[in-house]
Amino acid sequence: MFRKFHPCFDVLALSVANPEGEEIMTPPDRSGRRSNVSLEERALNIRRKALRMGEIQGQGYIGQALGIADVLAATYFHALEYRPDDPEWEGRDRFLLSIGHYAIALYAALMEAGVLPEEEIETYGMDDSRMPMSGMASYTPGMEITGGSLGHGLGIAVGMAMGLRRKGNPALVYNLMSDGELGEGSTWEAVMSAVQWKLDNLICIVDFNNQQADGPTRDALAVAAEPPKWEAFGWHAQEVDGNDMDAVVAALDAARALAEPKPRVIICNTTMCKGVDFLERREITHFVRVEPDEWSKALAVLEEGKPQ
Amino acid sequence: MTLASMARKYEARKAPERKVATSAMIASLAAEGYDTVAAPFGHALVEAAKTDDRIVGLSADLSKYTDLHVFADAMPERFYQMGMAEQLLMSVAAGMARERFLPFATTYAVFAARRAYDFIAMAIAEENLPVKIVCALPGLTTGYGPSHQATEDLAIFRGLPNMTLIDPCDAVDVAGMVPAMVAHEGPVYARLLRGKVPSVLTRHRPDYRFELGRAQVIREGGDVLVISSGIMTMRALDAAEKLAGDRIDVAVLHVPTIKPLDVETILAESQAGGRLVVTAENHTVNGGLGEAVARELLTAGVASRFRMIALPDEFLEAGALPTLHEMYGLSVDRVAAQIKSWL
Repeated sequence: MFRKFHPCFDVLALSVANPEGEEIMTPPDRSGRRSNVSLEERALNIRRKALRMGEIQGQGYIGQALGIADVLAATYFHALEYRPDDPEWEGRDRFLLSIGHYAIALYAALMEAGVLPEEEIETYGMDDSRMPMSGMASYTPGMEITGGSLGHGLGIAVGMAMGLRRKGNPALVYNLMSDGELGEGSTWEAVMSAVQWKLDNLICIVDFNNQQADGPTRDALAVAAEPPKWEAFGWHAQEVDGNDMDAVVAALDAARALAEPKPRVIICNTTMCKGVDFLERREITHFVRVEPDEWSKALAVLEEGKPQ
Repeated sequence: MTLASMARKYEARKAPERKVATSAMIASLAAEGYDTVAAPFGHALVEAAKTDDRIVGLSADLSKYTDLHVFADAMPERFYQMGMAEQLLMSVAAGMARERFLPFATTYAVFAARRAYDFIAMAIAEENLPVKIVCALPGLTTGYGPSHQATEDLAIFRGLPNMTLIDPCDAVDVAGMVPAMVAHEGPVYARLLRGKVPSVLTRHRPDYRFELGRAQVIREGGDVLVISSGIMTMRALDAAEKLAGDRIDVAVLHVPTIKPLDVETILAESQAGGRLVVTAENHTVNGGLGEAVARELLTAGVASRFRMIALPDEFLEAGALPTLHEMYGLSVDRVAAQIKSWL
């Protein structure tokens, strides 16, 4: 009952060919991303908002949100093409959150980007909110898919990339997934398919924080180094420090500029709870425990470390 | 392995005097005395796609065995061979539907219902995306054993919100369900009959046309009302002709749409004339048409005498299909005998 109107229903009757005139046929002008707000400040704002949401609920996947904030800042304020006031604009780059529990981070980024109204931050995870704890397409503007059942995002991304190509739409598909999803067989079905169909409009970002529900990912299935695996399948692979803004930006630029007809993956090694030292030092688990009085303390730590 | 066959695993066998080969997966369903139509699904999809640019076809290495090869041959640029990867098949179909295409995804019913279920549930059904899942070898239509016999597919998908379920009887239903699936906005799971598919319903009722969501009386009769879907409507009609020789008057209500169920028609027919009500389905006794009808009758307080013809709650044997249909009660003779025994 609380859901937003589904984008598919009103357009089914339309022809898929060129639904918005010629506009989508021209490569997007990315110069509009220029802003006097630095990417570091964007990342800080994403962390602030995520902590605020955690404080409101008294819980949340804050370790992941703080870890991925730099990647989201670089993605939303450097790489992605979108219209904040028209989240379903046909020419937008598609950003898929395969990891539904990272929704707290994406909501923060979408608020920072002006897609979601910041006034609704207090509703996070509450009844009737447009921001449920696990991300769902039918609840939230800017949320392209329902993630959460892990191992789904990359396959859907392959289908969307094939669909965009079929329409002659030059938009890119980004899929953000976690290292834990590297254990899902469906991920590798999609990895093979993306190569089979030469999907050069697909960029997969893997948040490698080496933490899944029961412990370190490296102790489970993702034992071998990632880039050689992906390269062996035929992907263009990069591995970067996901908390190094310049490195992330450079990797996104390289992935976007690549001329070869192959899909691209960026393995982003991130640190859980990045930016809040006392949480970084805490015994890291999938669901980092934060005491009620620590949210404001964490915010204060962030402010101390903010970029000048 | 089934319990019965396991118990006899070490018993040596001799070749039977009468040879009945195991039905190959590609074999068409035999129905004596009916004309057949070749690949009705594939041809109907080509027709639909001629006037609807959104339609694309995808298969997970089973286009030949789901008649999708007819579409692939006619419109190769709209056919996607996804490889032997059913989770991918459903995810990609969901992704293409998100981009406003209308994907028909085909595989065997066992692989959709069992292997790809989570992807159908979350990527397709939860999002109410217009993906049309069309699956061959429904219920007991192959002699290959449980790995290929989708005896519980309808039970699995009936639990999934937003899904529309179709269990066609014959070539008329299969051809008719395609435009209906295109016109329907949400996700659909359709059981498929492929190869040379018999034309049954129009012989019994020349004006019959498939209508999504509608149950239709194919044959009138005063003693028994059979409420059936899929190939069991074919069996029920043949059994009714047989029972007519014994002066038993059997009506057949064909219910090709399992969900949503045409409750109004089912209740009206079940209330009329104090007939024995028998459901007949090519599906396990659990969670299919029979239980769905039973719920509606009980809820509405329709105190009909009620019996179910369905497959047992077992992993079924391998063998020749006619043998298996006889063994598990889906043959015309067994259907007729069961109905007679309940009168």
